[in-house]
Amino acid sequence: MGLMLTRNLSAKKANTMKNKTIKIDLLARVEGEGGLDLKISNGIVKDVKLRIYEPPRFFEALLRGRDYREAPDITSRICGICPIAYQLGASHAMEEICGVKVEGQLRALRRLIYTGEWIESHVLHAFMLNAPDFFGAGSVIQLAQVHPEVVKNALRMKKAGNDIMVLLGGREIHPVNLRLGGFYKVPTKHELRKLLEEIKWSRQAAVDSIKFIAGFDFPEFSQDYEYLALSHPDEYAILDGRLVSSKGINAAISEYDNYLKEEQAPHSTALHSHLKDGSTVLLGPLSRFNLNYDRLSPLAKEAARGIGLEGGCNNPFKTILVRMIEVIYAYDEAERIIEAYEMPESPAVEVIPRAGTGYGATEAPRGICYHRYTIDDNGIITDAKIVAPTSVNQARIEKDIWALVQANVSLADDNMKFLCERAIRNYDPCISCSTHFLNLKIERD
Amino acid sequence: MPKAHIPKLAVWKFASCDGCQLSLLDCEDELLAIVGQIEIANFPEASSAIVKGPYDLSLVEGSITTPHDEERIHKIRKVSKTLITIGACATAGGIQALRNFKDVKDFISVVYARPQYISTLNKSTAIADHVPVDFELRGCPIDKKQLLELISAYLGGRKPNIPNYSVCMECKRRGTVCVMVSQGKTCLGPVTHAGCNALCPSYNRGCYACFGPKETPNSPALSSWLVEQGVEREELVRIFRGFNAYAEPFRKESEYYEK
Repeated sequence: MGLMLTRNLSAKKANTMKNKTIKIDLLARVEGEGGLDLKISNGIVKDVKLRIYEPPRFFEALLRGRDYREAPDITSRICGICPIAYQLGASHAMEEICGVKVEGQLRALRRLIYTGEWIESHVLHAFMLNAPDFFGAGSVIQLAQVHPEVVKNALRMKKAGNDIMVLLGGREIHPVNLRLGGFYKVPTKHELRKLLEEIKWSRQAAVDSIKFIAGFDFPEFSQDYEYLALSHPDEYAILDGRLVSSKGINAAISEYDNYLKEEQAPHSTALHSHLKDGSTVLLGPLSRFNLNYDRLSPLAKEAARGIGLEGGCNNPFKTILVRMIEVIYAYDEAERIIEAYEMPESPAVEVIPRAGTGYGATEAPRGICYHRYTIDDNGIITDAKIVAPTSVNQARIEKDIWALVQANVSLADDNMKFLCERAIRNYDPCISCSTHFLNLKIERD
Repeated sequence: MPKAHIPKLAVWKFASCDGCQLSLLDCEDELLAIVGQIEIANFPEASSAIVKGPYDLSLVEGSITTPHDEERIHKIRKVSKTLITIGACATAGGIQALRNFKDVKDFISVVYARPQYISTLNKSTAIADHVPVDFELRGCPIDKKQLLELISAYLGGRKPNIPNYSVCMECKRRGTVCVMVSQGKTCLGPVTHAGCNALCPSYNRGCYACFGPKETPNSPALSSWLVEQGVEREELVRIFRGFNAYAEPFRKESEYYEK
């Protein structure tokens, strides 16, 4: 495993005037397994393929014939890192079909557990998967040898997110307490308030660490991105909102299929999603931050101003900073929800089945996660469609790599490989999700 | 003093959601202590620094679903002194084993427009169906305390303390009132392997068998009791066809009620 360089036999020396293929067989520090193939001919990039060989698991097929109430638990198994995105996306779609809206404290608790998922996923990515790149370290364990306090604090910040998941969901991975209409059991005010101390400590640690991260050496890079995120009039969208893009999309979630379509590429078991005109969009932290900046909390905005990101951020290598701004926001939002909490009378709203089609989309840590289901009068699922954010970002990642490799075409293969891996990690791709993903090969002749 | 041998750990992934290997990174309080005792030699999700095998301890996540993976697991077995499978996918085929009850071609065509690009086996199977396995850790996902116990036991050269009785025992221990008796909820606790500390009943929910069948479960007795309580046969099929659908006692049960 690791880097494998295969060179065309006709090329005796690897130089930019020849054709060559560079391959990364197994990309590290991403969730799930995939690779990258680059073909370069006479200093011109000829092809970029993000290869996803994660075995397909056919979720849309195995959901057919299942009970509508099972969709949240079954779809959560698409991804161990962002189960809440699947549980809530599925729940929203089913509730829409059945004419139910979950509001008030139950909605607030859903938002609270989602802040927990954002925190554990973002801190995991920022410190354990992404930060080692800036130190030439192979892993967070090597990073811990140079900066032990940074890593210890990061683990504690991550745990504060997982504590929210455990209290509200029962466990960090595949929580058991979420259901259509709400929860099986809701916490008391006192139980929730016990989370506050670690949330406040972690928020300060996040504010402090963002200055440390801002000192990293970021490559200068940007493209003409179309940012797409959910947008909500009153809050930094997590649970719901309208599909809004930086180039004019403004649509209801139920219109998703009118804008984005999925295509299958031979090199990948993950379906690629594009806009109908074939152009690519970018999902995730950068999109949310650039589109919804004014709805961040005062402290999150102050953190952004402190590192010069007030006007937005167009450099994907700086996504790590935006993730940490979102982490600060998530702690703020968690505190706000806990302070305002009153235990609801019932843990869930009843959801009675009726035939129909419903749509759900939430902001997973990596971007919009879309669900569409059709059920019959008995609540049996007859059709399911799920689009993970990495399926949409995949095409955007390939375009970034194309431009980045072209701009740095004279780099030695090892350095090229490292740069590409970093550019991919900017997106925190979740390969397990998108296969429902990644290795690097560079081909130069 | 000569340096003690630090065992080399490898983590391998097959068809899965990544959740079980993530459990290791979710050990926030213990992670730095673990890496002092064991060398993370091959763990691509967490590290790009890959140390060559052979490995003292391999943790395997995921099920075998492709011809390529069917070969890969044998190579991994060859370079692993001890091989432990983690989670429902690796120990029972996982939720993706629902294909085992259908024609996989129908499944492919639902998800992929051009099925000819997809290389997959007809069945999703457990690792132990392919190579000898030294220990199976159950759960969807595994419990991180059990994972820590397993690694500690391995390092101490002792047998792991992982009981194979049912979830009912855990409810009694923690003093949870039976949700089946007191609330009439459908609960698979009596036939399900312990390990989660009876999580669902403590949240007023019936067990849905993330940890798979316990040793010698009496599934037919539970099924007939549930039928008496008014559970429809189709529902019973679905109940046993969850994350451990292809574990033998559950498979037999769902096939019996499907007829």
